Amino acid sequence: MPFGLAFGALTSQANLTLWQATAFSVLVFSGSAQFAAVDVLRQGGTVVAAVIAGLMLNLRSLSFGIALAPSLRGPIWKRALQSHLIIDESAAVALSLSDHIARVRAVVFTGSVMFTAWNIATIAGRAIAGANGDLVSSFGLDATVPAAFLALLWPRLADYRQRRVAIVSMLIAVLGVPLLPRGLPIVISSAAAVAGLGSTRT
Amino acid sequence: MSAATTTLIALALGTYALKAVAPLALGGRQLDRRIGRLVDLLPTAMLAALAVVGAVSAGDRLVLDARAAGVGVAALGLRFRLPFAVVVVLAAVTTASVRAAMA
Repeated sequence: MPFGLAFGALTSQANLTLWQATAFSVLVFSGSAQFAAVDVLRQGGTVVAAVIAGLMLNLRSLSFGIALAPSLRGPIWKRALQSHLIIDESAAVALSLSDHIARVRAVVFTGSVMFTAWNIATIAGRAIAGANGDLVSSFGLDATVPAAFLALLWPRLADYRQRRVAIVSMLIAVLGVPLLPRGLPIVISSAAAVAGLGSTRT
Repeated sequence: MSAATTTLIALALGTYALKAVAPLALGGRQLDRRIGRLVDLLPTAMLAALAVVGAVSAGDRLVLDARAAGVGVAALGLRFRLPFAVVVVLAAVTTASVRAAMA
């Protein structure tokens, strides 16, 4: 919910219409990817940079899908609908269960609850933030975006390899800000950090 | 079509493809371990870059302003295991206070 509120606030900073903000939350339905893409747009990045930023964050949906695939056995239209409900939370709950039927129920139930909460929060966050730039600045709402990314990052840093990739990516991104077109430092630093460190042994 | 709408459509299709490709097509097969590891590291690298760029950049310049203070306090909050909502509110309150104090 708080992340949804922050996303709603971000959409008003990025000058999205209410229709666009809602469509993001209904059709993309992937918190961090929506956040990243809209943040790149807000910074003046290109559409390509925004989409790449969002999709790279969402590569984990691919691994959730692969992990859950053996449990999702119904007709194809059912699996197609269930797939949309695969997010961090529903995948985490489902993968903590061992029974196939319980997993499917977990994806559908957790996913539906999150879908509803996420969309309500998006609209509420947008309404609270309004389209007023002064409000964003005087209430410090612009700091909520990087703070939210940091909060999502934090649990991943327990692992040494993840921590090392995070630090290298941060350094390259900071160096890239004055040198590269907007939106690109994030994409390039991530790709470089993972390519450089992902295959090395620890 | 506006940049936001184009992004929206492309991201929605791409995200759905990532979510659905395995359940619809793959069945029970396992990802190659090395690819799995890269897939696992990429979100970390992205989130790290997004956090730092959001904290210290304005367009194509690097700046240290009230936002950095807010994100610094957020990091402290995370260190002490405060919940997500508290951390985000702390960041906003800190940034607003520093900004008001400097104005």
